[in-house]
Amino acid sequence: MNSIEIKKLSLNFDEVVVLKDLDLTIEKGEFLVLLGASGCGKSTLLNCIAGLLDVTDGQIFINGKNVTWHEPAQRGIGMVFQSYALYPQMSVKGNLSFGLKNAGLPKEEIEKRVKHASEMLQIESLLERKPAALSGGQRQRVAIGRALVRDVEVFLFDEPLSNLDAKLRTELRVEIKRLHQKLDNTMIYVTHDQIEAMTLADRIAVMRDGLILQLDDPKTIYNAPANKYVAGFIGSPGMKFLKGTILQNDKPIFKLEGGWSESPDLSNYKFQESIKTETQVWLGIRPESVVVGGEAKNMPVNFSLEVEVVEPMGADTLVWSQIGGQEFRFIIDGNISVNVGDRVTVGFDPAHVSIFDFDNEERL
Amino acid sequence: MADSADVHSLDGPRGPKPRKKLSRRNIILYGTLFVVAVYYLIPLYVMLVTSVKGMPEIRMGNIFSLPLEITFEPWVKAWSQACTGLNCDGLSRGFWNSVKITVPSVVISIAIASINGYALANWRFKGANLFFTVLIFGAFIPYQIMLYPLVIILRDLGLYTKLPGLIMIHSIFGMPILTLLFRNYFTSIPEELFKAARVDGAGFWGIYFRVMMPMSLPIFVVAIILQVTGIWNDFLFGVIYTKPANYPMTVQLNNIVNSVQGVKEYNVNMAATLLTGLVPLAVYFISGKLFVRGIAAGAVKG
Repeated sequence: MNSIEIKKLSLNFDEVVVLKDLDLTIEKGEFLVLLGASGCGKSTLLNCIAGLLDVTDGQIFINGKNVTWHEPAQRGIGMVFQSYALYPQMSVKGNLSFGLKNAGLPKEEIEKRVKHASEMLQIESLLERKPAALSGGQRQRVAIGRALVRDVEVFLFDEPLSNLDAKLRTELRVEIKRLHQKLDNTMIYVTHDQIEAMTLADRIAVMRDGLILQLDDPKTIYNAPANKYVAGFIGSPGMKFLKGTILQNDKPIFKLEGGWSESPDLSNYKFQESIKTETQVWLGIRPESVVVGGEAKNMPVNFSLEVEVVEPMGADTLVWSQIGGQEFRFIIDGNISVNVGDRVTVGFDPAHVSIFDFDNEERL
Repeated sequence: MADSADVHSLDGPRGPKPRKKLSRRNIILYGTLFVVAVYYLIPLYVMLVTSVKGMPEIRMGNIFSLPLEITFEPWVKAWSQACTGLNCDGLSRGFWNSVKITVPSVVISIAIASINGYALANWRFKGANLFFTVLIFGAFIPYQIMLYPLVIILRDLGLYTKLPGLIMIHSIFGMPILTLLFRNYFTSIPEELFKAARVDGAGFWGIYFRVMMPMSLPIFVVAIILQVTGIWNDFLFGVIYTKPANYPMTVQLNNIVNSVQGVKEYNVNMAATLLTGLVPLAVYFISGKLFVRGIAAGAVKG
């Protein structure tokens, strides 16, 4: 059964079009991440689902009910905000029970739910404190608790971890994942952090300019990005793109612009459809799918190049180089020592690259 | 090796940079501050000492000298016996009139203006900007233009010369600036808080009373100070829209000080003036800290 269904949703702020004709269906119990750079409309979409913004056109269904005109509180959603948005003059308990009091629930029921939620999030000892006396991580836990007590079908997260430091972020990320496994309700999570997206999501919707560019499970998004933007957005360090042409004789061959001694044979790359010869393309290679040294010799494509810049990151080392005047970078094991000016042998498997049309940047 | 020992010893500048206490800059700065402070305090000093002197001592003409003999007679007389026209019950009547005018005016104007500001900041209804512009425009129209039309309106409403009429006038004239103040303050409160309250099912009034108002103590204090001092010190509206029995303290003070019959009792006048100024003075002293905080908080966003 579908938990949320968005049909032909549009939203304009005066003349500015933020969302256009957006369709999205989310299954019950699914964890969907809306991912995109700031200004792509992901938070706006979340606010529309929450009922905090009036839509210009289209419909929103939650649990099969048309809630397009419903107030936020009537939609059966709980929401967690980036800035926590705790009521500063209320205690943690007051924060948790505010929504329940507004809903007119009996006292015992409120007590029960607050107790349950605070146990689940391990904030029982903080119930009497004011938000100002809590750390960032505790505040965000309380904010999650506020959504939890409402006992709703759908959770909405608006960049909930962006205000936390890196260590806490990873901790709470796992906790949110555990929470989802335990509750098994639908969650929509907005973020600009692709690691959060990859780790949490059942499906990721990559957005740009109010459109969903690709909606797929994390693996597909990572391995087979639908276009050059998605490919560059997902993965860190990002994918590098080489400009060139594909020549199709008996097999497809990649010719680098600017000249290169190699002309990789792409016959084990899965093209979406058969490709014409002389097609101008971007060849995208993830830094982590490049191998070096002895292993490289076994790869279908291997060649040697000169190291220009070395960036050690601990576990890995990022190496910058050039192929035929175009920037190229790859990751090697942090224990291998390389120096600027060294020549190393590298290789990759064309099955693991992504090829995009030069003009419309769609996957080929 | 001697060289390297020099490098490691801690000769030369170390720790905080020393600052001269008696630098030329400090002397000029504090000197100026001192002179300005004295300049402003002298009139107050003269008033205080004169108000506790007897008339014979005042006639000697040493207005800066301390009193030879302290008497509180002038204060008592100013409060309960000084004459304005035919009434000789002192400033006390004016004081109570002022209280009866100030308290309801302050409460009504702040209640309405804070709700206005909240609605304008958070519930952006259609035409909100136009409404706000019109309201702010009201702050720039000189009062004199509206004096006579208001007399007619009050007369037609049957409120002319009555206290409720004056209260209404004060509440209306406080509206533009107070609304601006509250709107700016509420705009500075993170919008997510408002959204969270809506998701939690709080309505217009629920959010106002349970979320916004408890967070806004500083701005309420600022509004109270502005209104209490403004309305208490008002002379123009008091003298125009009331009659002698309802005159506020300021108008009565003027009538006492400017009465032409009999001897000029400087000590009584000084005491009466100090008594009238006591309320705003007390308000400033009690709430000075909150005032600054609130003004600053409200001023951040436009």
